[in-house]
Amino acid sequence: MKKQVKEQRLVSLSILAGILFCFPVMAIFNSPELVWGIPTLYLYIFIVWAILIAVLIRMVNKNRNSSE
Amino acid sequence: MGSISVIAISFCYLLLLFGIAYWAEKRTVSGKRMLSNPYVYALSLAVYCTAWTFYGSIGRASQTGMDFLAIYIGPTILAPVWWIFLRKMIRISKVQGITSIADFISSRYGKNITLGGIVTLVCILGIIPYIALQIKAISTSLDFLIGSEAARHSSPLSAISNTPFYVTVVLAVFIVFFSTRKIDTSERHEGMVSAIAFESIVKLIAFLCGGIFIVYWMYNGLGDIFGQALAQPKLRALLTFNSSNGFSSWVSLAVLSMFAILLLPRQFQIGVVENVNEQHLNKAIWLFPLYLFLINLLVLPIALAGQLSFQSNVDPDFSILALPLSEHHHGLALLIYIGGFSAATGMIIVETIALSTMLSNNVLIPLIVGIPFLKRIILQYISKAVIYIRRFSIVVILLLSYGYFYEFAEGYSLVSIGLISFAAVSQFAPALLGGMYWKQGTKTGALAGILFGFAIWFYTLVVPSMVSVALLPQSIMSEGLFGLSALKPNALFGLTELDYLSQSFFWSMLFNAGAYFGVSLYTKANRQERNQAELFVNVFKYAKAYESSVVWKGKTRVKDVRLLMVKFLGAHGTKRLFDQVSKTYGVKLADEDQADSRLIVHVEKILSGLIGSASARMLVSSIVADNEISITEMVDVIKESQELIALNKELRLKTDELKKASDALALANTQLLKADELRDEFLYTVTHELRTPLTSIRAFSEILHDHPDIEPNKRQEFLHTMTKEIERLSRLISQVLDLEKLQSGNYNIHPEKLSLQSLIQDAIAPFKQVLADRHIQFSMQLEEQIPDLMVDRDALIQVITNLVSNAIKFCNPDHPAISITVSCHADQVHLQFADNGPGISDADATLIFEKFFQVHGQTPSATHGSGLGLAISKKIIELHHGHIWVEKSEIQGANFVVSLPLNTAAS
Repeated sequence: MKKQVKEQRLVSLSILAGILFCFPVMAIFNSPELVWGIPTLYLYIFIVWAILIAVLIRMVNKNRNSSE
Repeated sequence: MGSISVIAISFCYLLLLFGIAYWAEKRTVSGKRMLSNPYVYALSLAVYCTAWTFYGSIGRASQTGMDFLAIYIGPTILAPVWWIFLRKMIRISKVQGITSIADFISSRYGKNITLGGIVTLVCILGIIPYIALQIKAISTSLDFLIGSEAARHSSPLSAISNTPFYVTVVLAVFIVFFSTRKIDTSERHEGMVSAIAFESIVKLIAFLCGGIFIVYWMYNGLGDIFGQALAQPKLRALLTFNSSNGFSSWVSLAVLSMFAILLLPRQFQIGVVENVNEQHLNKAIWLFPLYLFLINLLVLPIALAGQLSFQSNVDPDFSILALPLSEHHHGLALLIYIGGFSAATGMIIVETIALSTMLSNNVLIPLIVGIPFLKRIILQYISKAVIYIRRFSIVVILLLSYGYFYEFAEGYSLVSIGLISFAAVSQFAPALLGGMYWKQGTKTGALAGILFGFAIWFYTLVVPSMVSVALLPQSIMSEGLFGLSALKPNALFGLTELDYLSQSFFWSMLFNAGAYFGVSLYTKANRQERNQAELFVNVFKYAKAYESSVVWKGKTRVKDVRLLMVKFLGAHGTKRLFDQVSKTYGVKLADEDQADSRLIVHVEKILSGLIGSASARMLVSSIVADNEISITEMVDVIKESQELIALNKELRLKTDELKKASDALALANTQLLKADELRDEFLYTVTHELRTPLTSIRAFSEILHDHPDIEPNKRQEFLHTMTKEIERLSRLISQVLDLEKLQSGNYNIHPEKLSLQSLIQDAIAPFKQVLADRHIQFSMQLEEQIPDLMVDRDALIQVITNLVSNAIKFCNPDHPAISITVSCHADQVHLQFADNGPGISDADATLIFEKFFQVHGQTPSATHGSGLGLAISKKIIELHHGHIWVEKSEIQGANFVVSLPLNTAAS
C-alpha cells in the first residue's frame, strides 16, 4: 500500500518534470531578455531543476521514514 | 608548461587510482565494504559524465546554445522512476546472475545466443568510437596544456602524441588487474567502483573551480558574461531556442539520454551489476540529478566566455582549458586537465569492463562452448581459459578504440560522436523495456526490432561520417542511395523538418519498436522464452523462490554437477557451494544421488555470472540431458503455481458464498421459528375464543336439560342467548377461515365497477334498525362526483360492515354519534368512519390491526368481538392496493380511514 503510494508519487513527479521541461511550457520563457542578469530560459531551466531535486530529496526521505 | 611534468602528473594520478582501488579491495577483505555506502554508488553513477560532458558540452553550447542541457535533463526527468525501472533491472539481474546488457536481453528471450551476440556487436560498433573520443579528449587536452601556439592548431600526433597510447596501456593494466582477478563477473568490482566514485568527485571539483575562476575572476560574474553576449547577435542567438528546430532537437536529445542512462553498457555495469543494495537507489535518485545540475551550471557561461575571448580562434570544446591558460594560470589549468582526464579514464575503465564482459560471455565463450571439439579441450582448463578470454577481450576493445582514435577521430567534435553512441544503444530500448513489462515479446521480435533499428541507425548516422572521411562517395549524401532522394541519410524518406539526429532517432525507433511489437504478435515463443518472460516480468513475485520456480526435467547425478563445477571453482570452492546449497534446501548431495533440480538451477545461475547465461545454459544442458538440450522438457512450474493461486482465489470465493448461504439459512430458520411461535399463539387464541361461547352454550343447554319445568319465558331467554352464542361461534369460524385464506394468498377478489355511494348504502342498510334502537346520531357526507371504483363488492362490504359495527360498539353510550365521510384526495378516495367513543391511543394505533388484539380496559365485555375484524379489513384493503389507518376523530373518538386508489382498474 505504502509502496504503491511512493511509486505513484515518483511517477507523477517524473511526468510533471517531463511537462515542465517540454515544448509548450519552455516556449513561454524562450526570450533573450535578462532577469537579474541571467537569460530567462537559462534561469527557468535551472530553477525548475533545483526545485525538482529538492522535492525528490523530500519525497525519498519522507517515504523512507514512513517505511522503516 | 613542461611536458614531462604534465605527463608525470597524469601517470601519478593513474597510480593514485590504483592505490584507491587497492585500498578499497583491502577494506573488503577486512569486512568494511566501500560498496555498502550509498554515496559511493550514487557518485559512481556519475560515470555518465565523460570527457564529453567535461569538454564537449562547452563546445556544443558554443554552437547551438542551450540544447546540450537536454542530455542531462533527460536523466533528471527519469530519475524519480528509477525506483521502478532500475530496481526491477537490478532484481532481475541479481536473481538470474546477469552481468551485462547483452546478457540481459539474451536471457529475457530464452537465453538466446544469437540475440546476445548481436547486442554485443551493436554495442561494440556504437561505443568503440565513444571510447576513442575519450582518448581524443585526453590527447587534445594534453596538447593544450603542453603545446606551444603551434601545437594548438596542429594534429594530436605531435611529439607527445604517444602519451595517449601509454595512458591506454596503463588503463588496460588497471582494468585487467581490478576486473579479472576473480573469475566471477557477478562479484562486485569493489576497487574499480571506489576509484570511479573518486574520479567523479575530482572531475566535479575541477570543473567547478575552472568555471568559477572564468566567471568571477576573468569576468565580473554571470551578469557580465550574459550582458556582453547579448550585445553580439551571434551569441545572442545562443540564449534562446530558435523556434523551428530547437524544440524538436531538445525533445529528441532528452528522450535519447533517458534511454542512454538505462542502456549504456557502463551505466548498466555501475547501476545494475555493481549495485549491492536496492535501497541505495534512494540516494542515487536525488544525488545523481544534483551532480548533473552542478556540473552543468556554468557550462553556458564558460562557452560564452570562450567565444567572447577568442572569437572562434580556439576549438570551443577546450575553452575551459584555454581561458585560464590565456591568463597564465597553469596550476588551475593543470587541475582542470586532471578533471577532464579523470572523466575520460573513468568512462574508459567502466565501458571497457562492460564491453569486454559482453564480448567474452556473449560472443567468444558461446562460440567455444558451442563447438564440441573446442569445448572438450577448453573444459579442462576452463577457469583459466575464461579469465584469459576476458583479458583478451579487454585488450581487443582498447586496441580497437585506440585504432579508431588514431585513424578517424580527427574530424569530429566530441558531442557528435557521443550522440551517435547514444542513438546506437537506444536501439535496445524496445526489446529491453518491452521484455521487462510485456510477456508476449518474442526472440524473433526482439531480433527484428534491433536489426531494423540498427540498420537505420547505421545508414543515417554512420554512413554520413564515412562519407565525410571519403570512405563512401559524396553522392550518397547529396542525391541519396542509387540516386533516390528518399534515401538521403540526412533526410530519410523525405523528412527534412528535423535535424539529422532527430530524424535518425525518429525513424530508427519507429521501425525498431514497430518490428518488435509487430513480429512478436505474429510469432510464437517457445517454452523457455515463455518461462524467462514470466520470470522477468513478474520478478518481484518469484525473486525469493527463483531456484524452486524453474525446474530441470532432465536427470543427472550429483557427481556430474560436482565435476562440472570443480572445473570452474576448484575442489574447495565447489565444496563450499554444495554445502551452502544443501544447507539452504535441506537436501543431501551424495555423489550417486540424482541431482535436485534446485541445485542445477543454482549452478546454472553461478555459471551465468561466470560465462554468461547462454553458455551456462549450454553447459548445464550438456550434462543434464546427454548433450540433448532438454529445454522443451522444462516444466512450466510457474504456470502451475499461478493456476494454484487462481484456484485458491476461487476456493476463497466459494467459501464466502457458502458462508453467505448459511447465514441466509440461519435467518430463514429463525423466521420460521418465529412464524411457528406466532401460529401456536394464534391457535391458542382461537381455541380460547371458541371455548367461551361453547362453555356458555353448554351451561344453558345443561340447565334446560336438567330443569324441564323451567318457566317458558326464562327458557325462551336461554334459547335466545344460546342462538346468539352460536351465531358468534359461526362468525368467528368464518372469520378465521377468511383470515387463513387471506394469509395464504388464496383469497381471490373479483373487482367490478361500482358506485361507492350505493356500496355504502348497501353496507349500512342492516344497521338501520340498530342505529334507530340506540338513538345513535348518524351522519353521512359524500363528496359529489366521486368516480366509480374497481373493487370486490362483497369484500368491501365486509370491511365497511366491520368498521361501522366497531363504531357502533365503541361510541359514547350517553350521546352516541357516528359519521361516514367520503372525499377525494388527488388520486385517492378516503372513506372515514368516525365515532365519539374513547378513541385509540397512539401506542395502539398500529397494534389494533394485528390478529386478536383487544384494547385493554376499554372494551365492554358484552360487545367484545373476535379481534379478527380489523386484521381481515387490513388484508382486504391491501389487496385493493389501499391503506387503512386510525387517527383521532373530530368528535373526540376514533376515526378509521380507508384510502383506496382511484384507478384500481387492475387487481
